[in-house]
Amino acid sequence: MASAGGAAPFWRAAGMTYITYSNICANLVRNCLKEPFKAEAISRERVHFSLTKWVDGKPEKPTVRSDPTEH
Amino acid sequence: MFRRATTLLRRPLIGATSRRFSTDLPAAAVEDSSFVEAWKKVSPNVDPPKTPLAYMKPRPATPSSLPSKLTVNFVLPYASELSAKEVDMVIVPATTGQMGVLPGHVATIAELKPGVLSVHEGNDVTKYFVSSGFAFIHANSVADIIAVEAVPVDRIDANLVQKGLQDFTQKLNSATTDLEKAEAQIGVDVHSALNSALTG
Repeated sequence: MASAGGAAPFWRAAGMTYITYSNICANLVRNCLKEPFKAEAISRERVHFSLTKWVDGKPEKPTVRSDPTEH
Repeated sequence: MFRRATTLLRRPLIGATSRRFSTDLPAAAVEDSSFVEAWKKVSPNVDPPKTPLAYMKPRPATPSSLPSKLTVNFVLPYASELSAKEVDMVIVPATTGQMGVLPGHVATIAELKPGVLSVHEGNDVTKYFVSSGFAFIHANSVADIIAVEAVPVDRIDANLVQKGLQDFTQKLNSATTDLEKAEAQIGVDVHSALNSALTG
């Protein structure tokens, strides 16, 4: 582990949080799997959500998103 | 000005006695005694309900002599790979290098880097490639390893790893902003670790 007050890891210095770093690593590993494990992993991590933007106190039309990997 | 110095200096010592190490927590199941007493005062004929404290499994006590086996809990967000498995040794890929954990290891918290986690039980060695995570080793020879993604090494496709490594090395050379450089560097690190996991 870095010493107290020592240099931060390169991703922290570039403004990335640990969760972002960890998720990027996990996605890269999943992309390097053999089939059928790759398909299983990608389908497992798929998120499905509906996004509604609010403008001037009124909701706009919601968009439904189903992206496999979210950054 | 210094008249209160002695009282001020004494304060941290008094505070320190009330804080204990996490390994000093009781090993036996604890009942919430103050709740039970208050309940009995109000309704003495009805049995008091169990509080969340009663449902908590007590932590295994720190044995006085060195235990012979290490208890490993290896969990992922979607599955529990190993749950309270008794093993001889695990080698975790910490950011400070490959760390071997034997029974009786000093309590440690280690951040993991992308690498191979090997579990040694007798003559069997099971290897997992871990994307990143943490390893908590407690004084009572229980190791909790948490990872976001972990796969057995034989599920990794070598061609995809080579391709990924080439792609990210190119991206690293052509990256402009700090964030792009960081992402490309992460890609190169992860793919090189995957590569060495396949060959090593």
